[in-house]
Formats: sequence, structure tokens, C-alpha cells
Amino acid sequence: MSNTENKQEVEQIVVRFSGDSGDGMQLAGNIFSTISATVGNDICTFPDYPADIRAPQGVLTGVSGFQVHIGADKVLTPGDQCDILIAMNPAALKTQHKYCKPTGAIIIDTDSFTEKDLQKAEFKTDDPIAELGITCEVVPCPITSLCQETLKESGLDNKSIVRCKNMVALGLVCWIYDRDLALAESMLKAKFAKKPEIADANIKALRAGYDMGHNTHTSISHTYRIESKGEKAKGRYMDINGNKATAYGLMAAAERAGMRLFLGSYPITPATDILHELAKHKSMGVITMQAEDEIAGCASAVGAAYAGALACTSTSGPGICLKSEAINLAVITELPLVIINVQRGGPSTGLPTKSEQTDLLQALYGRNGESPIPVIAATSPTNCFDAAYNACKIALEHMTPVILLTDAFIANGSAAWKLPDITQYPAIVPPYVTPEMREGWTPYKRNPENDVRYWAVPGTPGFTHRIGGLEKSATTGAICNDPANHHSMVETRARKVEKIAFDIPELKVEGKEEADLLIVGFGGTYGHLCEAMQQMNNEGKKVALAHFQYINPLPRNTEEVLRKYKKIVVAEQNMGQFAGYLQTKIDDIKLRRYNEVKGQPFTVATLVEEFTKIMEE
Amino acid sequence: MSEYTAQDYKFGQPRWCPGCGDHSFLGALHKAMSELGVAPHDIAVISGIGCSSRLPYYMNTYGFHTIHGRSAAIATGAKVANPDLTVWQISGDGDGLAIGGNHFIHAVRRNIDLNMILLNNRIYGLTKGQYSPTSARGFVSKSSPYGTVEDPFRPAELCFGARGNFFARCVATDMPATVACLKAAAQHKGASVTEVLQNCVIFNNGTHESIYTKEGRAKNAIYLEHGKPMIFGENREFGLMQEGFGLKVVKIGENGVTENDILVHDAHCKDTTLHLKLALMEGPDFPIALGVIRDVEAITYNDAVHAQIEELKECKKYHTFSELLETNETWEIK
Repeated sequence: MSNTENKQEVEQIVVRFSGDSGDGMQLAGNIFSTISATVGNDICTFPDYPADIRAPQGVLTGVSGFQVHIGADKVLTPGDQCDILIAMNPAALKTQHKYCKPTGAIIIDTDSFTEKDLQKAEFKTDDPIAELGITCEVVPCPITSLCQETLKESGLDNKSIVRCKNMVALGLVCWIYDRDLALAESMLKAKFAKKPEIADANIKALRAGYDMGHNTHTSISHTYRIESKGEKAKGRYMDINGNKATAYGLMAAAERAGMRLFLGSYPITPATDILHELAKHKSMGVITMQAEDEIAGCASAVGAAYAGALACTSTSGPGICLKSEAINLAVITELPLVIINVQRGGPSTGLPTKSEQTDLLQALYGRNGESPIPVIAATSPTNCFDAAYNACKIALEHMTPVILLTDAFIANGSAAWKLPDITQYPAIVPPYVTPEMREGWTPYKRNPENDVRYWAVPGTPGFTHRIGGLEKSATTGAICNDPANHHSMVETRARKVEKIAFDIPELKVEGKEEADLLIVGFGGTYGHLCEAMQQMNNEGKKVALAHFQYINPLPRNTEEVLRKYKKIVVAEQNMGQFAGYLQTKIDDIKLRRYNEVKGQPFTVATLVEEFTKIMEE
Repeated sequence: MSEYTAQDYKFGQPRWCPGCGDHSFLGALHKAMSELGVAPHDIAVISGIGCSSRLPYYMNTYGFHTIHGRSAAIATGAKVANPDLTVWQISGDGDGLAIGGNHFIHAVRRNIDLNMILLNNRIYGLTKGQYSPTSARGFVSKSSPYGTVEDPFRPAELCFGARGNFFARCVATDMPATVACLKAAAQHKGASVTEVLQNCVIFNNGTHESIYTKEGRAKNAIYLEHGKPMIFGENREFGLMQEGFGLKVVKIGENGVTENDILVHDAHCKDTTLHLKLALMEGPDFPIALGVIRDVEAITYNDAVHAQIEELKECKKYHTFSELLETNETWEIK
């Protein structure tokens, strides 16, 4: 059934599904983004879910949202605001309507707007639209009753029937945006392969939603088509979120290094999905250990590294504090270890499901003593793969713990990812000892070029040795309290990390070469900063972006690049940690700051407004 | 016969205080290792922090002196990642049972194939004399000048509470019995806990006095051996019998008691009840139990992890990264 009337071509659209956390909004959103990507659109998604697993039904704190930005061309963010908002109940309407554009439309499930529902969402009147002052188009649809009517003869109980209402909503959105239902149906069949009756009910509900749009035109004035522009690289793609991409990066690195992958971890939101993902892939030889606590998660990884594995630990929020002691053991013993910190709102338990960049200084400095560690920050969901791969490569080749910073936004957000050919990725070659080195070998003998010590993995004949958390003599490897030796070891460990700069790419500047304003950012804000930069350039303003993925060491041309610009603004989701860090590295550099710590991604509109103000200063 | 001698496992010059129980224990460990015959390069000795945790520096094996309390977790990672290594985890009563208590019970519960040594001198030595979690209630130390107001852990009780399958106890200065315990611990597949009672000459001198000498042990200890009757005493005149749910000390030849009435030690019994009773015996009414108190076979975590991997390698169709990619839903841009 094709939808041919009033079809308007658009470049990009944003849809936000919202409802109770048990309403299946994440699934509806996922299917919608995947079928859009399948036809060649670009996608960027943002699941925005509450910390409560199942808050009481219908209450404001239990609302779960899933936003997807779909574009004919490249999209970099999930979009500031949406064109279509699905609000499955009054609580969703109340908490989510602010995410709808004034020109957009809100589809509500009229069946869930009874007096009781309105009370649960703390409405004072029986007219929620007026009470919220909503001016955009509101489209009332009887989603639940249509679902019940459609499935009344399915043989399922009422609870199971009502659970399919997310598919009615999805079907309706598919009609509005001219999506092919066959793709959604095959996804549902695969998802419920073991429960064909559930698959069947979901498919019927999906079609019912689509037909409702088609038959009634659902009082929406237009339907839309998003054509794909053929600028994407040819090849096969999949939808991937940042946590999965991180897990994939670790597995790819282990394979390329010819090593066993070990993850020691303790469940913590929003990092747990890395543990879940790796736990699935035992057939690839991956070992995951759910430890007794965060400390043991990291400590077991240090033990695994000592014993010759590619060892990783994943965490978030307060978990990184607990790991710092064991990380420092890997610093002084110079063992390879990858620590993944999926940053969330803090301090303390903070905002467990929300996103921030507030752990940067902790990653750089949050340990006792002089404790230099390479820090890498992934810039997007798909970049998590490369960032994780490179973190492993640096850890193994430079014999050091590496902290990989991601954040809740890119960890849960997803985008279309071109399947990589990992044989094209740089090889990973740890500095293992060779039999010729036996004579006079000590554990802190180094390669003079990069100051990396050689690795004698336990089990290797002829290299028995002792390492530990106490300072050691650079020459003999024995415990050593000598002041000059300690000073020299402190300097050596720092220099070893600094020299990694020769192995990482130079900083690139995007946008206008002769810009009046250079935007600087790091990590997961790349999409928003890049889109803001592009928008300003389209408005005729000369703006450029320098976005950092490598934080420690910084790319070797960092100072040279930053010195070129008269006006620089560092935009970050903390109180200015990266700006302060840059100022410790580059003497007297003037940096303006734009800081936001709301637990939510930046909005492009706000960035443009703020950067424009800075330009006009 | 082993191709190694005790000398092959020795490294450096120990720097513990003269008279410290660690010296004798170290000698027993070298000897046990030489008799076990595992090549020094296939052994990792992993310790935490404290006097006894300096031990890896005196081993000509791979050695890792780690951080306070975490050695059980670090040893766990090493053994699981590289099961070919023989891993000895060295800890003291403060390191293993206070700051590292959580890791201790979980390593035991998971049944990681580690030889866990708990050197118990009931004091913090390296920080110069504070009470430890095994110090008796009322113990006077620098941090408890008026006596502690807390009860101690009894390591065997923690071990069994964590579902431990091996527990042995020895006195550091009792070389033959210590070597025997260490060998049994190493030969046990799974987490083995060996409590080594040792003296701290500086801060807790005489803590295990009643059994620290050969004469003292003859009077106040019982050596348990699997399959042997529980007989003890200077002239082997006493024995243990069951009384209700408890134990009692009897004199052989008195009140019609013969050797045949004495309990026979069964270290392989799955039920921990009697093992716990034996492990918790204290003077002056009971002898202190030495030797292998419990030694029960069970599947180890490290074996189970690798067995699961092998099983899944058999039944899953993807084994490489490129095959993994194929398990996802993909689309093609042409």
C-alpha cells in the first residue's frame, strides 16, 4: 500500500517516541531508525530513559523517550527538537512537549487521556493541551483501542494485546514518512522468532497503525518522503550504539593483537551494556568476569594483564573512583590495561542515566602521585569502535593503562556504521621480550626510542622477575628508595606517555580556514559542535572547529593550531575542565568558555546563539 | 622426582625482622615448591600489602607485589586469563581479611584454582602495631590502648561460610607440617586456604605461644590426617569423640575408651559441620587443629569459564571478528 497523496520531499526529519518506560518506545524507535537507515538515509538516535526501571504507570518520572534524526544526507546529532512527537500518555505529553518544534505535530493516544491518567500526570484541568500552552498541531488517535480492536481475535490476553500499541504508533509514523512496512515486519519476525504469535500480533498492530493513517489521513496535512543522497560510501552498514561499538573495538583489537580479551567489570549504568555485549561472545574466546565490586573489576583486569591478556575494565560515575587505586598499580608496573569510563552525571550517584563530560580531570589526574595516563575521548557512537581499538593499541604497544572516555549520550545513541575491514587497521604489536634479551634482562629495561619497557609474560622461560607497587630501580628492577632514581622514574613514566604523541594523528581543523572563531571541543559533543559550526558557516559567519579525540597526550600540533586563531571558545559539558587543561599546556592562551552541565546533550540552536554572541563581543 | 631444588625458587635476601615467622614460612614454601616440581617460570606469586606480602621479592618465580587487600582479585584475573600458571596468593590477616575481606570470600566462593596463603599474626606489623580482624576481643594495641571492643574473624569460619573446599592450618616454624600443608594445598584443584600461624616478635610476641614450639604442639595441638584417628597428646593418650552436636576430648584407656572409639578424620566429607568444629577448637579445653582440615573436590571457576568457551566455540557459528559482524542486521549502500 503506497502513500502517494500530498507527499512532500524533505531533507531531514526528527521523530521522538515517548511513553511509559514499559510502553516499548525504545523498540519502536529502534525499528524506525533501522528501516530508515536500510533505505539509505543517515540516522542518529538518542534514547532518553529514566533511572527507574518501571516507575508507577503513568507518572512523570517514568517517561521514556527515543529520538531519531533521519536525513537524506549526513546527520550528526539526534536533532534539537522533533517534527513528530508521539506521546502515549499525559505524562509523556507533559514532560516531552518541549522537545517538539512549533511547526511540528504531537500524536497522542486519546485512550490514555482519561481523568485518572491526567491526575497521575498531575494535570489540574481536563484540558492538558491548553494547560501546557501547546500551540503546535496535536493529532488525537485512539491507539490503544485500535490495537485492542485489531487483536481481539488473536487469542492473546488483554495485557499482551495492549503491549502491541507501540507498533500501532510505529505503523502510523511509517505511514507519515512513507516507510516500507515489509522491513519492519521482517525485523519483528526476527525479534520474536521464538514466539510467532507475538510476532504476528505486532505485525497486525503495525499494519493497523499504518492503515489508520492511510484511511483517515489522521488529520495530518502532509506526509513526507526522505530521499537518500548518494554521497555515502558504498558498502554494508549496520546500526550500532556507542557501547556496542566499544565492545566491538575491544574484540577487533584482541584479534589483531592475537590475544585473549578479558573484561573485569561490575554492573553500573550506563556502562553495563559493554559487559552484556562481550559476555555474549564466548565463541570468540572472550572472558568476561562480573566481579564482586568495581575494585575487583579493575584488579582482576590488572591480574589478567599481568598474565598476558588484553585486559579491560568498564565503568561509569562513582565506579571510576573505586578503580583508581588499581589503575595506579598498572601505571607503576607499566602493564597494559584499558579502562572505559562511560561518563554520566555526577558527583556521587548523580544522574545515572544522563550524560556529562565531568570526569575529564579525574581521568587525567585522579590518582595519588605523579600518575600520567593516556586519555582518549570517543567522539560519536560509531567512533567508539576506532577509539576502543586505538586505546588497546596504545595500551599494548606502550605498556600503559589507557582511559577511554565515552559518555551516556554516545554510549546509548546509535548511528549507521560501515562494517569495517579490520585487516586494514594498523597492526598491534606488544613489545614482548625475545630469547636474545635474556642476558642481563631487568623488568624496566626500555626501548630508548619510545621509553617502553619490554614485556615478559609469566610462563616465559628465562625471564622470571618481580614487579609491584613499590618504586623500583630503573636498572636492577629491585625495590629502590633512592631519591634520584625516583625522580628519574617519575620523569620516564611521564616522557613515555608524552612520546605517544608521535603515534597519534595530528589535530585537524574543520570548517573555514580563516575563521574568526575557532570552536574547540572534545569527545561526545562532536556532532553538536560540528552542526553548529556548519550552520554558522551557512549563515555566512567564518567559524571553524578543532575537535579533540586524543586528550593525553595532545596531538603534537595542538599549540600551533590554536595560536592561529584570535578567538577561541571551548565548549564542554562540564565547568571548563578541558579549557583549564589546555591552559596548563599552552602558555597564556586566551580561551573563552561555553559550559553546560544539564545531563542532556547540547542543542545546536543554543550553541549557535552563544557562539554568535561570542563572535560579536 | 622433581628436577628442582629449593634453591631454584630462592631469590634475594629477605628483610623481615629476625625471628619473624615469615622467614620459616618462606623456607617451607621453597621446599614445597621444589617437591611439587612446577617450573619457576610457570609460577606466579601474587601478594597484597603488609610484612608477609613482601614475599614475592624472595621468589625466583614470576612475582607481583600488588596493593592492599586486592591480591585475591588480581590473582583471580591472572589465573582465569592464563590457567596454565600456578598461582600462589600471599596475604596477611589485615590484608586478606580486613581491606581484602570481600575479595577473599569471593575468590573462595568462586573456587578459583589459587593457593591462598593467609599468614596470621593477629596484628598489623608494617604499620607498626595496630589490632587486626583476627585480634582477640580486648586486645591492647596502639590503636586500641584500652582494648578492642570487637570480636575477631576466625578464618576457617569465613572460608567455610564462603563455601570453601580446602582449609589447612599450620605453624610457620613447623617446617615438615607446613611443607605438607602447602603441597596438599597446591595439589587441591580449586581455591585452597592455608592459615599459617606465625609470631610477630616486635608487635605481638607470643600470640600463638601455646603451639609455637614442638613441645607446645605436642601438648596443645592435634595433627589431623585424612583417614587417621584423631589422637593427640605428648604420649598420644588423648582422642576426640563426638558428643551430641559437638566434640569431646577423651583419654584412651579410661572409662572403657579404646582407639576404635576415636573419630577418624574425613577431610573429603562434603558437609562442613565437623570440619568447622575441628577448625574452631581452642585451648585450654581442646587442642588446636593443624593439618588439612578440609579437602573436597569441586569444579573450579577457571575450568568452568574455559569449558564454557570451548562449548560455545563448538555450537556457535562465529569465531572471528568478520564473522561476528555477519551476525548483525545489515544493509548495503550501492
